[in-house]
Amino acid sequence: MNFDDTPQEAAFRAQARQWIDANAPKELEAELSQSSLGRIKLKNHDIVEVAKRWQKKKADAGWACLQWPKEYGGRGASPVERVIWQQEEGLYGKLTQPFQIGEGMCGPTVMAYGSEADKRRYLPKIASGEEIWCQLFSEPAGGSDVAGLRTRAEKRGGEWIINGQKIWTSGAHYSDYGILITRTDPTVPKHKGLTMFYISMKSSGVEVKPIKQANGLQEFNEVFFTDLRIPDSQRLGAVGDGWNVSLTTLMNERMSIGARLTTGFSEIFAFCNSLMTEDGPAIDDRATRERLANWAVRNSGLKYTSYRAVSALSKGERPGPENSIGKLVAGSMLQDIAAYAMDLQGAAGVLNDPDVAEAAGQFQQMLLSSPSMRIAGGTDEILRNIIAERVLGLPGDIRVDKDVPFNKIPTKGRG
Amino acid sequence: MNFDFSDEQKQLRDEARKFLAERCPPKAVRAVLDGKAPYDRELWQGLAEMGFLGVAIPENYGGAGAGHLELCVIAEEMGRSLAPVPFSSTVYLAAEALLLAGSEAQKQKWLPKIASGEAIGTLALFEGKGNPSPRAIRLAASGGTLSGVKMPVPDGAIADFAIVAARTGVSGRDTDISLFLTELKGEGVEVKSLSNIDPTRGQAEITLKNCRAEPLGRASEGWSILTQLLDRAAVLMAFEQVGGADRALEMGRDYALDRIAFGRPIGSFQAVKHMLADMYVSATLARSNSYYGAWALSTNSSELPEAAAAARISATQAFQHCAKNNIQVHGGMGFTWEFDCHMFYRRANATALGLGSLSYWEDALIDRMRKRNAA
Repeated sequence: MNFDDTPQEAAFRAQARQWIDANAPKELEAELSQSSLGRIKLKNHDIVEVAKRWQKKKADAGWACLQWPKEYGGRGASPVERVIWQQEEGLYGKLTQPFQIGEGMCGPTVMAYGSEADKRRYLPKIASGEEIWCQLFSEPAGGSDVAGLRTRAEKRGGEWIINGQKIWTSGAHYSDYGILITRTDPTVPKHKGLTMFYISMKSSGVEVKPIKQANGLQEFNEVFFTDLRIPDSQRLGAVGDGWNVSLTTLMNERMSIGARLTTGFSEIFAFCNSLMTEDGPAIDDRATRERLANWAVRNSGLKYTSYRAVSALSKGERPGPENSIGKLVAGSMLQDIAAYAMDLQGAAGVLNDPDVAEAAGQFQQMLLSSPSMRIAGGTDEILRNIIAERVLGLPGDIRVDKDVPFNKIPTKGRG
Repeated sequence: MNFDFSDEQKQLRDEARKFLAERCPPKAVRAVLDGKAPYDRELWQGLAEMGFLGVAIPENYGGAGAGHLELCVIAEEMGRSLAPVPFSSTVYLAAEALLLAGSEAQKQKWLPKIASGEAIGTLALFEGKGNPSPRAIRLAASGGTLSGVKMPVPDGAIADFAIVAARTGVSGRDTDISLFLTELKGEGVEVKSLSNIDPTRGQAEITLKNCRAEPLGRASEGWSILTQLLDRAAVLMAFEQVGGADRALEMGRDYALDRIAFGRPIGSFQAVKHMLADMYVSATLARSNSYYGAWALSTNSSELPEAAAAARISATQAFQHCAKNNIQVHGGMGFTWEFDCHMFYRRANATALGLGSLSYWEDALIDRMRKRNAA
């Protein structure tokens, strides 16, 4: 048990710190520190452009996609080095948000199933942020039940013709490529008839429509495919093996542990530490202290859980589904924190104009955005199922559609 | 960075688990629960022979000289097995106090006896209701003798000696408090066993009347030593709590797999699965916070005060949560004397209070975080 850097780790940290110090976009520091939940609004800059510039700079100096092999644009760094980099990148890590799906999910899937030519063509551009990737999995009829997806891919000669619709695709509107899971055989049970591809988002036959979200922002999209034609060479994995390929994608999501999870704790602690109430500083209030302490130990518990996972990774152990606890804990914590920060503001807590509201309105923004944290990337309920079944070994839910050919599964509830 | 126990430490854990599975089955815990003995003497002697009592005591004082990480590993197993022995009072409190502040002669006299199982020690801090506070200490020291009443004192009825917090000044400052070491089998000591929610670890009232005592540590530094002592004990106790939480979770999981209702194992119902998943979440957070505490304790880090408070809060919550919901998973059977669930529920709720309750540690954590923030 050793928390301190080894001499090599210390040298790596010093090198990272020095480079960040010399190169980070420091003019954005204040604005970045005020943003939470990855919803960054910059007054005078387009966020994707700013993010791309930072990513390219990092890639040119060998600081992008640290754990990837060098020949694909990475650094071949160890899991611990990656954590050290994230600690040092700090605030500027918020700028990696548009690239996280490419780095954490699409890239690793291409690395596992793509041809050598594909890897050399696509991976370095993901690393440098020059090309952004998205993940086309969820559908209107398949949210938590992803394997219930209905987007069809049909083979005609050497090509596949794709028709259907995806939904909740983050960043589809600024993405260049995407990995797409489709149904290629509706006559077999649902997990068996799926196939994975990658596509250009700029192809004709692909239409992206933004979804206006409950928080008023538009980050997710619907994506429609109308007779999209793609060559068989864009298939990832065998025909009918798409479910297993998607598990690789999701497992890599778990490998990207230490990834930045927002819990809202540092924001609420700073807020309570500075807020003056009628009865004195908010942080002196007994009720506030109790809540802060409870959030503090959840926050530190998550942090050290990810350190334990990194230690396991360093020893060559595979991180398992136990890392599902991160988002499960962080999601509801964020929601509770936002509501409590506003409670402390009293009636003025309803205001969210950044120029008028307390803490530049960050908690109001957090409140309105936080429901998505408990849904996107696996709902709280699905995550609890994963923990119960794969960690604790409890029986799976009864799945009445498991062995039924996909085209015989009922599609309507009442009536 | 390596945030895990070493292979040798894991081996020690396996050894301790195996030993306790043999020598401390639920039946042994029940014998003490049912009042057949105040503690399990044979087990205590066995722990001494295994070298577990002195695992963190240096070799020149008769211990194994391993260290605090090794002690954390043993503590976790003591919590898992609900060992009905005065381990926490003797090892986390008395031995740690001696190591922190004892004179050479005191260490020479008591530490070898602790390691060999000959002496049971404890800390006499509380005087009735309330959390640790220098203002709550009224027991007075004068001319090398102590007079006053301490209660509850953990394992007080079976202890051979106690570290006693006493008032030596009236300035209203922390420096009014000094620590003393007193033998409990001598004159001027009256000990009364008190009924408590977890009979597998006793509580007592100790009345001292002009009882001879020797100072432990420098006069007027008592409160400062106590604060450090409670932090160290909090980390060690957190490992007991983590061990207990894990075991309660396993019991709940096992029962959910075996018990059939409505034609299915009850563990296939989402309401039950999700309850167990939430227990796993709190047990995992507690384990991770405790590892951080273990690191801070073993390296004497300046982060120990904060790490100890976080480990204490997280582990207390996890053990209470897992013990409570383990009963819920078991349904009516969980509320019988015959099933073991209540033994974990008792231990969880007793350990939640012994070193100061949650509200005390919540306050401490926020104070300490603030201090670091201001620095």
